Amino acid sequence: MATRFKPDETFRDDFRYGNSETAILRFPFPFGEDAYMYGVNMEPHTRPGSAGVFAVGFDVDEHYVAECAERAKVLALEPGRCLVLPHMREAEWDTLELIMESLAADYPDQFTLERDGLDWTWTNRPLGIHHTFRFGDATTLPHPPFEYIVRQAQGDFTLQDQRDGTLYIDGGVATVPADWSLAFDVGMTFHEWHGPVPLAHQAGVFDRALQYLMRVRYGHPARRLNWTMTINPRLDTSPENYPLWGPDRASLTAETIGDRLFLRVELQSFFRLPRSNALLFGIRTYLASLNELTRVPKWGRRLHRVMRDLHPDIAEYKGLTRYRELLVAYLAQFDDGAPTAPGITPDCAALSD
Amino acid sequence: MMDNHTLTLVVADAALIAPGLRRVHLRAADGARLPPAAPGAHITLSLPGADGARPLRNSYTLVSADPEHGYELIVRRADRSRGGSRHIHEALAPGDVIDATVPHNLFALHSQAKKHLLIGGGIGITPLLAFVARLRETGAPFELHQIASADEIGVFAALLAPRAGEQVHIHGGRTSLDLPALLAAQPLGTHVYTCGPAGLMDHVEAAAAGLGWPSSHVHREDFGAAGGEPFVLRLAASDIEIAVAGDQTMLEAIEAAGIDTPSLCRGGACGVCILPVRQGEPEHRDHFLSEAERAQGCHVMPCVSRSRSALLVLDI
Repeated sequence: MATRFKPDETFRDDFRYGNSETAILRFPFPFGEDAYMYGVNMEPHTRPGSAGVFAVGFDVDEHYVAECAERAKVLALEPGRCLVLPHMREAEWDTLELIMESLAADYPDQFTLERDGLDWTWTNRPLGIHHTFRFGDATTLPHPPFEYIVRQAQGDFTLQDQRDGTLYIDGGVATVPADWSLAFDVGMTFHEWHGPVPLAHQAGVFDRALQYLMRVRYGHPARRLNWTMTINPRLDTSPENYPLWGPDRASLTAETIGDRLFLRVELQSFFRLPRSNALLFGIRTYLASLNELTRVPKWGRRLHRVMRDLHPDIAEYKGLTRYRELLVAYLAQFDDGAPTAPGITPDCAALSD
Repeated sequence: MMDNHTLTLVVADAALIAPGLRRVHLRAADGARLPPAAPGAHITLSLPGADGARPLRNSYTLVSADPEHGYELIVRRADRSRGGSRHIHEALAPGDVIDATVPHNLFALHSQAKKHLLIGGGIGITPLLAFVARLRETGAPFELHQIASADEIGVFAALLAPRAGEQVHIHGGRTSLDLPALLAAQPLGTHVYTCGPAGLMDHVEAAAAGLGWPSSHVHREDFGAAGGEPFVLRLAASDIEIAVAGDQTMLEAIEAAGIDTPSLCRGGACGVCILPVRQGEPEHRDHFLSEAERAQGCHVMPCVSRSRSALLVLDI
């Protein structure tokens, strides 16, 4: 079924945003059981037999056109949200090639890539782009190659250089960040930029995750899900703009929380880039309100149990403390105490009203 | 494209370039583009084994890799070939079709090196040829020292002729290169890359360590520890024996036998696939079990680990 884009959606000011029933049913719900704790939850991405958002390298959904417009808006206001260190030039072209190849292969009706040696022609129908350029020659593109292609993709991306037995975050774009700053993190090692995360370091999660990531091979991408919560469907929750969204945490009420509080899920994907040997992280953000998610009975029950029993350090790190009591009280109505099946799938064909 | 783990290649050209050295050009059998690759990357070819034995998987460095023009290898005929290099030298002909893995790189140039010092021994020159091409392109400072046996100096001089220059040196025999002196003369921030016989690479590592070089500045060719010796797995509780082939993981063998066992990352990090060991000696390759847990020998991660003993008995 062809995706119907919703170009009029907004992620700021008037917040015109919502998920269709199809989008809710394919939402990457991050809780496979009734409790949550950090772990090394990485697994192969795009394995044969994968469905929904896990079936393709870069998922394009009904919010694609609106999210690309939101990215352009943020970059116009703050061009520094896209930063790539000079030694990552080759990784920029790798990223452009990977995303163009993937989109053209996975969505042939929407995207086309034609190659004649180094003369490439790229067609992006949803955004009305038709461009002939020379691969490797940045002067033939209107933006540097990484920025050019991430302006046509949903979610944030970072570029990691692999050296000295670790990964360095040496570039990226962060217009959809869940309270982290690329300008602050750029140049840091894997353990440095994960420094603030509670509990996981002690459990050895980052040591094992780093070993796994450094062994990700070309053609064998990996992924994991991460989550937090955001008030309003606001994609740009950057530390730079904290004054714009931080106070929202104090604004929820029992009447508004169902519509205004969003589960924010990051589908993080990891791709080895062939020319540069760098690692591309995709951080694709999905937003769904409590009222949308609880239309799946299994998710409603589980969300209540996970939020009720969440470790206070994790709740604090994710910024939930201020409204957690209200959240748990609201979700209690969706939990009848029935057992839930393992796994993240909705286990229902249609949504409840 | 990016999830095709196996490439079907066709031999476009194969020529003897010196006694015992054959240059092979490979292209995609269907004429499509091949994945690009960084200098230092290798591919693993699936070659017919000797006397109809099961296929051998041999890794070869890419001397050059171009998505449109294909991959270039130089293969030395091994004195004691298991059949792989013998096949390439005696049987391989243009038009032959070979399965290969997509390129994988465990020998990458370091992005922050102030200078690159390349030290090759014999056929270990292959990744260094790819390095020199790249370093010439980028204009990064480098120096290449190739060691060849006295009777092969001409061979390597000819190989290097297209890349000749004041940075390129050929030495006849290992004793003709004073490694400690060469390393001691390098500017701070130099990275050294070595490929060749294990003895040479050990010698480079020891000389660098002796001069106080950080180990992060010393790089040696590595094809990784994918696969290993075949072994037999006995699943005690279900009373099944499974043969684990050399190029197959324990987890893949268990799954191929129709047994459902949990797994997640399939890379030895998450711990989900952990299985109890009743008998035998696991060869641990994971990042999950601690040293103490390994010493106990009670558990194994079948997604990456193997067996040192010919038989491994699991309690499942």
